[in-house]
Amino acid sequence: METVAASEEEAHEEHHDHGLSDVGYIKIALILGVLTAVEVATYFWDFGILEVPSLLILMVVKFQIVVSYFMHLKFDSKVFTYVFVTGLILACAVFAAMGTSMVFWQNPSGCDLSAFC
Amino acid sequence: MTDVAESSTSELAYGRTEWDDYHHLPTNTGLTNEKITMWSFLGSDCLLFGSLISTYLLLRNRVGPATSGPTAADLFDIPFTSVSSFVLLMSSLTMVLAVTSIQRAEMERCKLWLLTTAALGAIFIAGQVYEFTSFYREGLGFTTNISSSAFYTLTGFHGVHVSLGIVMLVTMWALVSGGQLGPERAETIEIIGLYWHFVDIVWIVIFAVVYLIP
Repeated sequence: METVAASEEEAHEEHHDHGLSDVGYIKIALILGVLTAVEVATYFWDFGILEVPSLLILMVVKFQIVVSYFMHLKFDSKVFTYVFVTGLILACAVFAAMGTSMVFWQNPSGCDLSAFC
Repeated sequence: MTDVAESSTSELAYGRTEWDDYHHLPTNTGLTNEKITMWSFLGSDCLLFGSLISTYLLLRNRVGPATSGPTAADLFDIPFTSVSSFVLLMSSLTMVLAVTSIQRAEMERCKLWLLTTAALGAIFIAGQVYEFTSFYREGLGFTTNISSSAFYTLTGFHGVHVSLGIVMLVTMWALVSGGQLGPERAETIEIIGLYWHFVDIVWIVIFAVVYLIP
């Protein structure tokens, strides 16, 4: 029984090694807040041709930070990363399939989408 | 072997029962089934939101010949939505603090962070209800045009996810308060947290792609 208790305690301590301290999480949240403020700034100031790329980059960075630190993917088993990334890749494939089928591959005799709208 | 024999009794260490032990069987991967299930669900939910976001992007500027009215993009109140986004983002912080609290067996603090997270989620939902109401008053209903249908479907599905998350958080708070969920089951809170963070990252994408990118 002591063996079981000891291994559980070790597992518990190991779990605490994963992730950050509370202060670390607060710092991450502050970074996310600043990134959000920069995103919103693009609405009030003209960033020109950089607007869309900068918004996309900020979105990806925020996404990555939340997934890595708040969702612990950076510290957890790689199996979770594979499972989640598979879903993300499939979602991107759905977007690509819809885009190509409804926009790029229109019927030459007329707009396919116009039948619905 | 002695440990295995002892663990087959009905009452195990730390007040655990055979039911608890059954649900925490060692797996081939060394990972719990519950956590793998949640990650699989989140992976599949990416597909749902991927298709909804794709649909909106394809239809965002299409009003159609038979319908009229404004598009959602014409009515966006970016400062208001920015505050809502910030509130949801901060709820991810309080959620992760709830997880670390229960891992350290700080139950009172865990309850506080769980309730705070639920409250921030409720504020976000209230903001969404306000936004939908104001859009409707401006003449943008669900069936006004194809663009509005795509917008309400996307943001509505996200709102339903947040609402379900609030229900789960309040349930967790009740279980922790009733002593039915202790530090030995911290992973349950962690799994609910994964769902909540997922709802947050979906909004990160929606906020940028739907609201901010012209």
